Amino acid sequence: MSEALGTNGLVLNEPLLWERGKKGRRAFSMPAADVPPNPLPAELTGEGPDFPDLGEIEVVRHYTRLSTWNFGVDTGLYPLGSCTMKYNPKINEKLAGVPGFAAAHPLLPTALSQGALQLMHDLERFLSEITGLDAVTLQPAAGAHGELTGMLIVHAYHRSRGRQRTKILIPDTAHGTNPASAALCGYAPVPVPSGPDGVILPETVAALMDDETAGIMITNPNTLGLFEENMPEIARIVHSRGGLVYGDGANMNAVLGMVRPGSIGVDILHLNLHKTFSTPHGGGGPGAGPVAVRKDLSRFLPSPRIVERNGVYALSADFPESVGRVVAYHGHFGVLLRAYAYILSMGPDGLKEASRFAVLSANYIRERLKDVLHPAFDRPCMHECVFTDRNQQASGVTTLEMAKRLIDHGYHPPTIYFPLVVHGAIMIEPTETETKEELDGFIEAFRSIVREAGENPQALREAPSRTKVKRLDETAAARNPCLAG
Amino acid sequence: MKRLEEVTLPGELRYSVDHEWVQTEGDRVRVGITDYAQDQLGDVVYVELPSVGAHIAQGAVFATVESVKSVSECFMPLSGEIIEINAALGDDPVLLNQSPYGDGWMIVVKPDDPAAVSGLLTAEGYLARLKGGA
Amino acid sequence: MRYLPHTAEDAAAMLETVGVREIDGLFASIPEGCRFTGRLDLPEAFSEWELERRMAELADRMAISPEYLLFLGAGSYDHHIPATVSSLAGRSEFVTSYTPYQPEMLQGTLQGIYEYQTLTARLLGMEVATASHYDGATALAEALLMAVRITRRKKVALSRAVHPHYRQVVRTYFAPTGYELLEIPCLETGLTDLDRIGECGDLAAIAVQSPNFFGCIENLQVAADRTHACGALLVACFTEALAFGLLKSPGSQGADIVAGEGQSMGIPRAFGGPALGMLASRKQHMRSLPGRLVGKTTDRDGKRGFVLTLATREQHIRREKATSNICSNNSLNALTAAMYMASLGGTGIRELAALNHDKAEYLKDRLREAGCTIRFAAPTFNEFVVGLPGGFEAGHRRLLDRKIVAGLPLGPYYPELADCGLICVTETCSRQEMDRLVREVIP
Repeated sequence: MSEALGTNGLVLNEPLLWERGKKGRRAFSMPAADVPPNPLPAELTGEGPDFPDLGEIEVVRHYTRLSTWNFGVDTGLYPLGSCTMKYNPKINEKLAGVPGFAAAHPLLPTALSQGALQLMHDLERFLSEITGLDAVTLQPAAGAHGELTGMLIVHAYHRSRGRQRTKILIPDTAHGTNPASAALCGYAPVPVPSGPDGVILPETVAALMDDETAGIMITNPNTLGLFEENMPEIARIVHSRGGLVYGDGANMNAVLGMVRPGSIGVDILHLNLHKTFSTPHGGGGPGAGPVAVRKDLSRFLPSPRIVERNGVYALSADFPESVGRVVAYHGHFGVLLRAYAYILSMGPDGLKEASRFAVLSANYIRERLKDVLHPAFDRPCMHECVFTDRNQQASGVTTLEMAKRLIDHGYHPPTIYFPLVVHGAIMIEPTETETKEELDGFIEAFRSIVREAGENPQALREAPSRTKVKRLDETAAARNPCLAG
Repeated sequence: MKRLEEVTLPGELRYSVDHEWVQTEGDRVRVGITDYAQDQLGDVVYVELPSVGAHIAQGAVFATVESVKSVSECFMPLSGEIIEINAALGDDPVLLNQSPYGDGWMIVVKPDDPAAVSGLLTAEGYLARLKGGA
Repeated sequence: MRYLPHTAEDAAAMLETVGVREIDGLFASIPEGCRFTGRLDLPEAFSEWELERRMAELADRMAISPEYLLFLGAGSYDHHIPATVSSLAGRSEFVTSYTPYQPEMLQGTLQGIYEYQTLTARLLGMEVATASHYDGATALAEALLMAVRITRRKKVALSRAVHPHYRQVVRTYFAPTGYELLEIPCLETGLTDLDRIGECGDLAAIAVQSPNFFGCIENLQVAADRTHACGALLVACFTEALAFGLLKSPGSQGADIVAGEGQSMGIPRAFGGPALGMLASRKQHMRSLPGRLVGKTTDRDGKRGFVLTLATREQHIRREKATSNICSNNSLNALTAAMYMASLGGTGIRELAALNHDKAEYLKDRLREAGCTIRFAAPTFNEFVVGLPGGFEAGHRRLLDRKIVAGLPLGPYYPELADCGLICVTETCSRQEMDRLVREVIP
């Protein structure tokens, strides 16, 4: 890749939907009325919404132009740490559109929906095998929803033992969703500081864990990209005081086929199918956040659950201790089937290979940037590497400015300012699906930005300069919110 | 961000370690956040103030101040009843940045113990705290 | 594996840079005792062709139209999805992007969601709408928690005619909070007994669904008046967003928060998900809203642009004090819904909604003439409750053998309606198909 990736090109302007159109146009094939009109009483009817009337070509142009203002994994490298922007296979999109799946009604009699039920039942088994846990629910609609489901299970568990607890341990490196999910169940988060090497020390947990503490929520590998090597000992401490270990499996993509959380003391774990199992992020969702639990907690899983007898699948709500339903129907089936297709495409060896190359790629970037960026920890990382802004502090150039400059080079910036315990954090997760040439291009771009920070910091402050819009005024947006036109 | 020598700290005010200032006005006190605090917060986009009539204890939260990507809580420098709030901050939160000791004041309090003001830091004491801990 | 592009040469070069001999060396920080040394017991890798065949086998075991004639609604509706909508929503620039944390690179998603928020607010007659939630049920649960935050009261009431699954989800969300949940019963007309609202005491909110689970159109204005008289907020709920093409919007009748399901707006049923949780409120409650919001702003050159805003409500900043733990939205489905609403237009949505209503009335009349019972007298939109001669369950079962799914038996949800079912008709159902149901329904 001798030529730089970022370039200028013709991008078209496009107004807002309601700045287009003309009364009487439509982009919808209206079926002819084959029944007589039968108007509702006038007092029940309204004016109808004030939508613009657009022609089909207008709708098509509008959204095609908008799409060209977007950057996706299909456009280029998207190394957002903790977000796992791996390639989203096209075959999975095609399969999701198969009418038997796409047009299936969620309340079909079970005899008429055996295909979907079998798919879900198989997927539960796959995820159970991968996590080393005994039972799985596919209902949770996203990672945070999986966390909430997990916390509901923790809550139901302690209630069943006759005494509710009030607190929960959460490491200082955790995603913000962890404390928020715990708070929904009435648990006060107790921060657990990570040790000098970026991992949690058993003695820290031992000092904080007591009979009022419901358990611990722990992300492993953690958000610093490090494996929590004291996991079995931490689990032993938490269990000895009657608590449960909740594993945030957001970073499971680093250890597929190499570590099974159920074997190292985790009692409950959520997975992000949109991270580890390649389903697309869709500009912020929909994802899916299945939850796996060990055998004795399965009675608390959301219901109804899929049960199989002699090759026939049914839905059963006969779980009196269940936390209940967490979504209207069966979860994000359309996402589940993509993850199912991914697991079948990869096979057991492919999944392990994916983790191995994710880790190699992250370490490669770490190694090739560590002379210009300051690594948060001087040790090999798992699937993502984290740097601080220490080397740039003298020049006054911030992490944000370097990130914005990467855009001009044609790369999506990494995650920045997270985890909070790292000053000016730069968190890079390349994933296993990027070629070495792509990684090299990104590395060279970052190195040139670091050089530029010393020589011409103004160029960074003005970045991005090649995008359709320049730096946006987020302060004005928050001071005088305009959320609808 | 300002260097400590650039921070304005009027000598006639008293200060709390949580970065509030207090001005005595007869039997009432006016309260706001310091120049140092507003500078640390960055562009303020929203201020949530307590209700008039509320009684809030020293050290308890009386307001939250939001910038684009942070939320900070303001703690009562002394116990008392809220008797006035600065409604102008609702429309114009930027006053907190532009004039922290003037138009950006936050609340007026009737303290339970007017003598409590003398227990707060002087400008010199507050500055020494900033130098020690900043 | 074709998703992993590394050649042996690439791997060797990368390993050399990193300074380890084998990839396994990078996993040295994982203690021996934590390692899984076996091989995952999963099917061997499928080729693309094998995968398609496998999935086709599964898909073939699903009952779909046109092989089956389906009269199922109950929160998931069979509306025609224009080819343009599927095609545009499938554009990979939208599909494969992340949450727009770098707004300069994602103006497509951001403008699209801003337009979605605007059209949703207009559809529901509200001032602001969020960037979407998981589904109607979780949106309702979040709306009720929001009402608890706003009013600082700890009790909410739900109409018994709110979708039973939605009520179950609300119960799940409320279980650990200690907040109280009451149920408001229904009248013989199929409508909520709004007179009972006053008896509920210190409520944070009352949730009323319209059209309700039985398809009946509630009087939200009366519900709002009674709710406001007790100092509570009216949370209007819905499962059929298309209804507001024809009916008065919840906002115009005094609802404070509106929460429901937007699947009807161009989103495939997909066995129930992913769907689209719509949530809207009055501007005064904007800062109590859970979930993402997109706002309009300008760039350095003064050009219009869009950003995620009011983020201080959210978990990544406020952590345990956030308005919700939600971290994603069903963004792609929100974008799809906006495409659908734009394709219909104001004129089209009214026409389509009227057609849905007219068709359902046609079938209702024919069934009544054929001797079926139309259970409730209240006006309905595109679904209604019916009793079949000889019992609903028996009739339903018999018709399944003829590849007709005659709606949803209500017994499991409402013991008092064990002899009834919920029948739905949309624009995709022809007069001939309805006539066939009427012919076959009589034993």
